Amino acid sequence: MTLDSKIPAGPIEKKWDTHRFNLKLVNPANKRKYTIIVVGTGLAGASAAASFGELGYNVLAFSYHESPRRAHSIAAQGGINAPKNYANDGDSIYRLFYDTVKGGDYRAREANVYRLAQVSNNIIDQCVAQGVPFARDYAGYLDNRSFGGAQVSRTFYARGQTGQQLLLGAYSALCRQIDVGSVKFFPRREMLDVVLVDGQARGIVARNLVTGEIESYAAHAVVLATGGYGNVFYLSTNAKASNATAIWRAYKRGAAFGNPCFTQIHPTCIPQSGDYQSKLTLMSESLRNDGRIWVPKQKGDKRKPEDIPESERDYYLERLYPSFGNLVPRDVASRRAKEMCDNGYGVGPTGLAVYLDFSDAIKRLGRMVIEEKYGNLFDMYHEITGEDPYKTPMRIYPAVHYTMGGLWVDYNLMSTIPGLYVIGEANFSDHGANRLGASALMQGLADGYFIIPYTIGDYLATTKFKAVAEDAAEFRGVREELSAMIKKLMSINGKKSVEEFHRQLGKIMWDNVGMARTRESLKKALEEIPKLREEFWNNVKVVGESNDLNADLERAGRVADFLELGELMARDALHREESCGGHFRVEYQTEDGEAKRDDEQFCYVAAWEYAGRDKEPVLNKEPLTFEYVKPSQRSYK
Amino acid sequence: MNVTLKVWRQKNRNDAGRFVTYEVKDISPDASFLEMLDVLNVDLVKKGEEPIAFDHDCREGICGSCGIVINGRAHGPGRGIATCELRMRVFRDGDMIVAEPWRAKAFPVIKDLVVDRTGLDRIMVAGGYISAKTGGVPDANAIPIPKPIAEEAMDAAACIGCGACVAACPNSSAMLFVAAKISHLALLPQGKVEATTRVQRMVEQMDKEGFGNCSNNYACEAECPKEISVLHIARLNREFIKAKVL
Ligand SMILES: Cc1cc2nc3c(=O)[nH]c(=O)nc-3n(C[C@H](O)[C@H](O)[C@H](O)COP(=O)(O)OP(=O)(O)OC[C@H]3O[C@@H](n4cnc5c(N)ncnc54)[C@H](O)[C@@H]3O)c2cc1C
Ligand code: SF4
Ligand code: FES
Repeated sequence: MTLDSKIPAGPIEKKWDTHRFNLKLVNPANKRKYTIIVVGTGLAGASAAASFGELGYNVLAFSYHESPRRAHSIAAQGGINAPKNYANDGDSIYRLFYDTVKGGDYRAREANVYRLAQVSNNIIDQCVAQGVPFARDYAGYLDNRSFGGAQVSRTFYARGQTGQQLLLGAYSALCRQIDVGSVKFFPRREMLDVVLVDGQARGIVARNLVTGEIESYAAHAVVLATGGYGNVFYLSTNAKASNATAIWRAYKRGAAFGNPCFTQIHPTCIPQSGDYQSKLTLMSESLRNDGRIWVPKQKGDKRKPEDIPESERDYYLERLYPSFGNLVPRDVASRRAKEMCDNGYGVGPTGLAVYLDFSDAIKRLGRMVIEEKYGNLFDMYHEITGEDPYKTPMRIYPAVHYTMGGLWVDYNLMSTIPGLYVIGEANFSDHGANRLGASALMQGLADGYFIIPYTIGDYLATTKFKAVAEDAAEFRGVREELSAMIKKLMSINGKKSVEEFHRQLGKIMWDNVGMARTRESLKKALEEIPKLREEFWNNVKVVGESNDLNADLERAGRVADFLELGELMARDALHREESCGGHFRVEYQTEDGEAKRDDEQFCYVAAWEYAGRDKEPVLNKEPLTFEYVKPSQRSYK
Repeated sequence: MNVTLKVWRQKNRNDAGRFVTYEVKDISPDASFLEMLDVLNVDLVKKGEEPIAFDHDCREGICGSCGIVINGRAHGPGRGIATCELRMRVFRDGDMIVAEPWRAKAFPVIKDLVVDRTGLDRIMVAGGYISAKTGGVPDANAIPIPKPIAEEAMDAAACIGCGACVAACPNSSAMLFVAAKISHLALLPQGKVEATTRVQRMVEQMDKEGFGNCSNNYACEAECPKEISVLHIARLNREFIKAKVL
């Protein structure tokens, strides 16, 4: 496999403009003759489908949700970045570009990141025009807050519900296109495979989740906007249904998987409290604007936080990183919290938590201001833990949150399968080894509104298509394979539930491929995962019928894929003998415990290629070059 | 704690449906209501019985997927929460809990506790948007919006589209849901342009979907997880009358 990133030549500020000019256009009258399938209608998918519809393409959009508004994007809390410099604090496109490349620990493509920073300003304009009620100041202008890894205030927000409001904006744009008939939306459909004809992505096969029917849809191009795969760990902040099936099945059809091991562990989540727990709840990073993180100076101190005097508290982030303090990037904050707890300073019943304390901010700004900024987050915390964060500090612990890895795409967002595009969290592109806060929403909407509408046109205009219908042999073949797989899952009739397998896999992943990875732990995962997978295919129990709404069957297929993806993640983590961003290999750290990169050997994207069942995948490398932001040891001191 | 659960089981749209009773044992009071159902479902699967179907996803009160009538109340006891935010600690050991789907003509049951709420999407498709094409829009700060107006628009925009207002209403009216969207967009300068046709079309679609009329019962506001105010219904009515007069 050859990886051609298709990065345009020329100075970085000009690349996107030049490229846009060079892209071939589809004649407006011809656009409706082209059908584009968009799988997933979260921020990335809804914005792309709406924009394609506006341009005049014939769009088929799919989601396993009942409505686009239910996508996982809805849960994003904190905000979205754009270097508008409304705060007049020295922000610029270049600075956002710089922060993102550095924040990603020099494992992202410069050209992509620069383009992202460039178009991010348009996103804010677009959202405001759609009616997104961003927070405003008393003069009526847009307000900003700060996020980790940045020293400027560039994050736009709508209370603690930014993702909701942005998704509702994109959803409304999509509704408008459904209204005029350019987009057809298929709810409760789960894409189970992509169909290739003569090597091009020409359609999908999906399961109608209500009737169980296996349906085929043909098109000229397919766009996957199916989100991240953090749920491979079972416990994560992702929505329960988030899964890897779409991208995993595309991988098995020939799309390379980029940096699968790059996972983000978010520092501020509500700690786990029991075995029954089904997911972890994020407390937005924006809280670190006003909250101070600390642990008792004395190990195992069991006093109530209120009873521990100032002098006996260790505000360790402020101590270790005086210039960024509580706003260091996520990977750094998470690792330090884990380290504190591992060394016995953790608090709460399990000792796996640190304090996030608002008492100073409440004293300084008053309860009203804090309530206005974070009211819904405080309520959520109260609801879940039964404790009132206005009175006592929150207890927080890191949790799996986001996956920087995903299907490899070139500058046009096309995967290694011609005609198969991947956008949003599902691709590997812009965040390198660590994503900065408030930049996933930015990337999803940049991809959907402002990048793919241009790049897909070039592909359609320059590609020869033969006529393909849903009854073609290629579709029939895939439908038969899928029916056989479903039949197999339903017939094993073993003793263990899908849920139990998923939890077991999650534990293997968290213990061995989680926040601190070692050669031994990764080797152990590589032994245990295939064993568990083997057991799954012999001992799983899936009940109900396949021609009916059957959540158990849906989950079984997803867990089957996680059981394969988990192994690839461990393999990728084992091969990357360095630490960078969220990928922390215990063997590779600096004296003061920071991630130690090895740019000589690992300054590349690892793009894994499927080689067939029970065969080792092939590693392809896309070298990364840095012309503008020279790699250095990241310092947030 | 232990509870007795009486759950509505219905195989599919055509099945008549019935209540089935289950004993659930040793549940932590800190578990959520849905986690209690998860535990019960794993038991059911192991016994070879079909698990109880219910919609859910985010489990933090924002996606609007979940929705169960618990002990006669949409989203169960407590104010301002969705079903997924309900914790077992609000019940007492030994309680009998009744769980049913949203019941409304416009929300046909798909299976057990899962209903079809796509009628709400069709109302949105009928004008629940501002026609802003990707690209050609002015700078975000070009139109300042007074903070109180922006805040009020945000209050209305917080609707999660769960349909509890419909389930709570004796007439199965979707008025609070529609009013929240009308109000959110009509408050903002950029949404005013299309306000007239928007309110007409959305109300027309609401009627077409088989949702009932609003008789100012206000049960909707009481059960709304986002505590959307019925004052927005008054704004919808004003917009609607304005549209008729014009
Ligand atoms: C709790 C939380 C808070 C966050 N806060 C922030 C924040 O403040 N700022 C920020 O920038 N980022 C934040 N993020 C990250 C951000 O929300 C996500 O990365 C982003 O929303 C992903 O968008 P997406 O469109 O790529 O995917 P998603 O929103 O996950 O959408 C995926 C879509 O694909 C569909 N789908 C998936 N598979 C299939 C299939 N096989 N068949 C059919 N349909 C399928 C789904 O139905 C859905 O419509 C947060 C994440 C979490 C978990
Ligand atoms: S108005 Fe309230 S109850 Fe009705 S759909 Fe919206 S959030 Fe749910
Ligand atoms: S599961 Fe999302 S609101 Fe309840």
